[in-house]
Order: sequence, then C-alpha cells, then structure tokens
Amino acid sequence: MNALLEVKGLHVDIPLEAGVLHAVRGVDIAVERGKTLALVGESGCGKSLSVLSVMNLLPQKAKWRVDRIFFDGLNLDHASASQMADIRGSKIAMIFQEPMTSLNPCYTIGNQLEEALLTHKNVSRQEAQDRAVFLLEKVGITAAASRLRQYPHQLSGGLRQRVMIAMGLMCDPPLIIADEPTTALDVTIQAQILALLASIQKEFDMGMILITHDLGVVARIADKVNIMYCGQVVESGEASDLFENPLHPYTQGLLRCIPIPGKTNPGAHLGSIPGMVPTPIGQQIGCVFQNRCQYVMNQCQSTRVGVTQISAGREYRCLLDPETCRKNMNKGKRK
Amino acid sequence: MTTALLHTEDLTKVYQISAGIFKGKKSLTAANGISLDINLGEVVGLVGESGCGKSTIAKIIMGLEKATSGNVFFAGAPIENMDREEMSRRIQPIFQDPYSSLNPRKSIEAIVSLPYRVHKVGNKAQMEARVEEILEIVGLPSRMRYSYPNQLSGGQRQRVAIARALMMSPELVICDEPTSALDVSVQSQILNLLLDLRDKQGLTYMIITHNLCVVEHIATRVAVMYLGRIVEEAETKTLFANPRHPYTNALLASVLTPEPQLGLPETHLGIAYPNPIDPPSGCTFHPRCPKATKACKQTRPEAMVEADHLVACHHPE
Repeated sequence: MNALLEVKGLHVDIPLEAGVLHAVRGVDIAVERGKTLALVGESGCGKSLSVLSVMNLLPQKAKWRVDRIFFDGLNLDHASASQMADIRGSKIAMIFQEPMTSLNPCYTIGNQLEEALLTHKNVSRQEAQDRAVFLLEKVGITAAASRLRQYPHQLSGGLRQRVMIAMGLMCDPPLIIADEPTTALDVTIQAQILALLASIQKEFDMGMILITHDLGVVARIADKVNIMYCGQVVESGEASDLFENPLHPYTQGLLRCIPIPGKTNPGAHLGSIPGMVPTPIGQQIGCVFQNRCQYVMNQCQSTRVGVTQISAGREYRCLLDPETCRKNMNKGKRK
Repeated sequence: MTTALLHTEDLTKVYQISAGIFKGKKSLTAANGISLDINLGEVVGLVGESGCGKSTIAKIIMGLEKATSGNVFFAGAPIENMDREEMSRRIQPIFQDPYSSLNPRKSIEAIVSLPYRVHKVGNKAQMEARVEEILEIVGLPSRMRYSYPNQLSGGQRQRVAIARALMMSPELVICDEPTSALDVSVQSQILNLLLDLRDKQGLTYMIITHNLCVVEHIATRVAVMYLGRIVEEAETKTLFANPRHPYTNALLASVLTPEPQLGLPETHLGIAYPNPIDPPSGCTFHPRCPKATKACKQTRPEAMVEADHLVACHHPE
C-alpha cells in the first residue's frame, strides 16, 4: 500500500502566556490516491492545524514536529521554503471554507484562476486561460469564458465555491485538501458541491482530505475517517465500518447527538455528551476524554491510553476492549 | 375558531436597494404575502435557503422592521397598537451567534438581569433571586453569574442568551438559527433544553433554520419558504412523510444523515438560486424545478389547502 501522503506522530504546540497549548498530540494521517480521508471533530480539536502543518502554513508562533512526513515520496520535513512554495498550489491544493473571504475582491475570477498555473508551470497566458475555461465548465459553471472577466462579488456563494474548486484543480494536483468546503453553503447547494468534489476526485484520481464537523457529510463522501478529539485521533477506520460499529465512547456519543428524520423520535431527548472539552494547555495524563466519558474507570485517569488496532487501518484509542465497546453502543440503541 | 397566538396576514416587505452608483433604486421583495399562524404551545419551523426571507419575517414580528403592507396580530390584537415594552415582554428572540449577541464587557448577571432593569420590575433582591432561578432553569451553575462571556464556551453562552430571553417569561420565543453556530454535541444539549423549557414554561417557539434534521426533531409544524413566499406548510410528520412541493422534496433529499450506505443525493435542482431583485416569472421556482411546464412560467400558483396541508404548486405530488 503506497500512501500519497503519510504523516506519523504529528505534534503542534503553541506557546501561550498561560503555558504551552498542545493543539495536536501525535496525529497520524495517511491518504491514498483516489481516496478521501475525512478528519472529523468539534471546533478546537486540531483538525485544521494538522493539515496546515502539512502545508507548512502554521502561524509563526506555533511549533510543530513530526516523526515522519512523506508526500509522493518526498520527505517534507527536510523540504526548503522554496520547495514547499512549489508544492503548495501545484501539488497540494487547498479549498477553504469561506468562498467569500478566500477570493480576492479586487481581481477578476480569470486573473485569480490563471495565477496558480502561471506561477507554477511554464505556460502562456492563453494556455492558462483555456485551462481556466475548461475547469470552470468542469465544475458546472455555464458561460465560463465570460465569467473570467467577472469579480467575486458578482457570483453567488455556490458559484464562488465552484470557482475555488476550479482554482484548486488548475495545476492538476495529486492531493486536494478541503477545509469545511460546504459549511457556508445552503443545503441544496451543499449536496451539489459534494457530488461535484466526489466526481472530480474520481476523474482526476486525486487524494482528498476533507475537514469537517458534519458527520452527515463524512458518512456520504469519505472512504476513511479519523475522528479527532482534543488533538488526538481517537478512532479511525473505513467509513462504512466506523458508522456501523463505532467503538470509541466519543464517536458513539456524537452519533447519538444527531437527530435523523425517520429514525430518532421527534420531541424526545437526544443523546448528549455531558461536560466540556478540557483545556488543551499543559500535559494531560491519561485519556483525553475521561472527564466526559460515561464508562470512565480508574485506569483512565492514570495510564497513557495507546492505540488499539483491530484490523489494518481500524484503530481506536480507549482502554475498553472492542467487545465491551460494541455492547455499550447497542445498549444505547435500545434506549 | 381559536385565535392564534401570532397571526400574520399577507405580510409583505419590500426593500429599496441601490443597484449601482448612478442607477436608481431597485426594489427587493424579501417577504411576499406571508400568512402564518402560530398557535399557543406550537413549535413552528420556518425553513428555506439563505435569502428566502425567513429572518425578515422574524424581524417584522419582533418590531425591528416595519412591514410594507400586511398586518401582524399578537393574541388577537394588532401589533402596532402594542407599545415596545409590552412587546419585548411577550416576544423574545434567541439569536444564532452567542459570540456576538452577548456584550463582552458585562457580567452574566448584568446581561441576564437587563430585562428586569428595562421593565423596572422588582427590587434588587427579587432581581437576584430571579437571575439565580433562571440560571438554574437553563442549566448553568449559579457561580457563573459573575463570569464574563469570554470565559464561557459556545454552549454556555447560548444558555445565557436563552436565560436572558426567558427572564420576563415571554409567551413567544423566536429562535433564529439557535444551534447552527454550535458543535454537534452542544447542539443536542441546546435542543434538549429548548424542548424541556417548552414543556415546563409553556413556551411557544418559532424556529428559523436551514437544518431540516433539527426542524424534524423539534418542530410541530413546518413552513417551507422560497424567495419570499411560503410554498408548503403542514404538520411536521405530514410534511416529512408526504412532501408535495418539488422544492420541499429537493430540500429533504439534500439532508445528509450519517448513513454511509446512502451515498450522495441527486437533487436535480440547477445551480442558480435566482436573483431576488429580478425574480423569475410565474412560479419563482420554475427555473430549478424538474417538473416545470409552460403554465409554471406564466402564472403563479395560488396556495391550496387540503387537509391542513398548504402547497403552492401547479403540479403537487
């Protein structure tokens, strides 16, 4: 198995006055070509910082270290600033959440689309323009040639996000990172954009990292899922298996929180996860989820909780054995 | 016939917006003939995409905007005759973003007790007792009254906003996207709280949201809006089991639940949400509608009511 991007033991620390904030604590990421990996978690769990450190785009104050980071056979840990600049945009493209703020209002769509290609590849303006028109059509924008002269404010939110996707594809990157690509969009548009991302990814055989907090989106589009909590991956596996048999108490709790039309009982209490995310400042002894877990035991507070592997790529970070975890989930179901 | 707690009649709001420096003003019809009843104890969900006018209606009901035409009746009396204080005592809002709806320079106690001071109710001791009581109702520890908003998490802030809204025991609470700024685990806590409060305090809610899962869970009746008009309205169960308008159908199909075997839905809606300044002729939904015919382009479908199920479509299902 050859991963397109392989990250092992990623740590991101942010020194603050109150102490060191351990935003990411030993995260592993592996993406293959043609597959989608979803990083899921609530705000502040470190999902965005994890991928920003891969791109070397962290804020200056933040320090990161990693045991191993390989992209397409290249060791990114030893990559120089200019090598990274070359990779960003041309080898790894990023689609951000807010198409409102990530497009420059002062330049035309065409200008911004062509920029990436002109910077990274030795092409003429005409070739760049042709590619822009081709990709705009690919992402479902009609009258693409005339759109090139338009400014971002002349487009709707859904169209802007399509432009962002086209922009990411300009250099035909092997890996695309989508950070909450549909959060700012309406539901009907969200479904369209996700379908578009999925079909483009298949067509161009790209790897994709999808960052989101929406488990509904993840379930429908991801091949593999990493559930993150407080800077750690607490559970990972194939999407189908993970949603069918969630093992970690946090994943189970999250799934119980979501109302599903036709499945949950309207008006009845939804499941919830009591308590709050612990402060990420300072070292935490034991399990990161201990203060909100309903199955907490004495060992959870004192022992470092390692990863339990069930099968290749199916892991979780909890002291309970998988059998007990499954039983716990079923108990919740009957309730 | 019982009188509804809130009754709007043909509510229309037209904004005059500038189309460019040297061009004249253009009119944008944000709400177009909205007639909506909210009965005591109901939870009415108002759903639709951004720009469909759902927040405009909330603003008119709360008296923050004046309707261009049409009337709002609260408990049988026209709302213009109510003075602002009385209105704010009986109708209260809960906003989307608890990060911007709370004053960062005021303590939680000051924020929550403000309605008492505005309405000049009770003395200091009564006010403090009420704050204590209301914080307990929304599930916040009493010590938090001395905290400031920046010391609280998103869920706790939303609880403070709810506490402030409930201070004067209002009859109608208008929640504008009450959970969309919150994480999933917190969202379910707030939904549970809203449901509890409805039972215990006898509240009536109007919930504005684009999240259909939330609506299905909490609302008793749903009105679906598209470009300033209500296109379908029914009991929640009926609407989810038997949607009649193609737009409602598309909305329901777009709901993404955590069920990996289902894959991505195909909504068959073209990409363009129409420009509200220049809405399409006839049925405003026809450019995106898979069932559109010639009639849809020419005439606007009137709302028909059948067995308490309103739908405005030439070809309902």
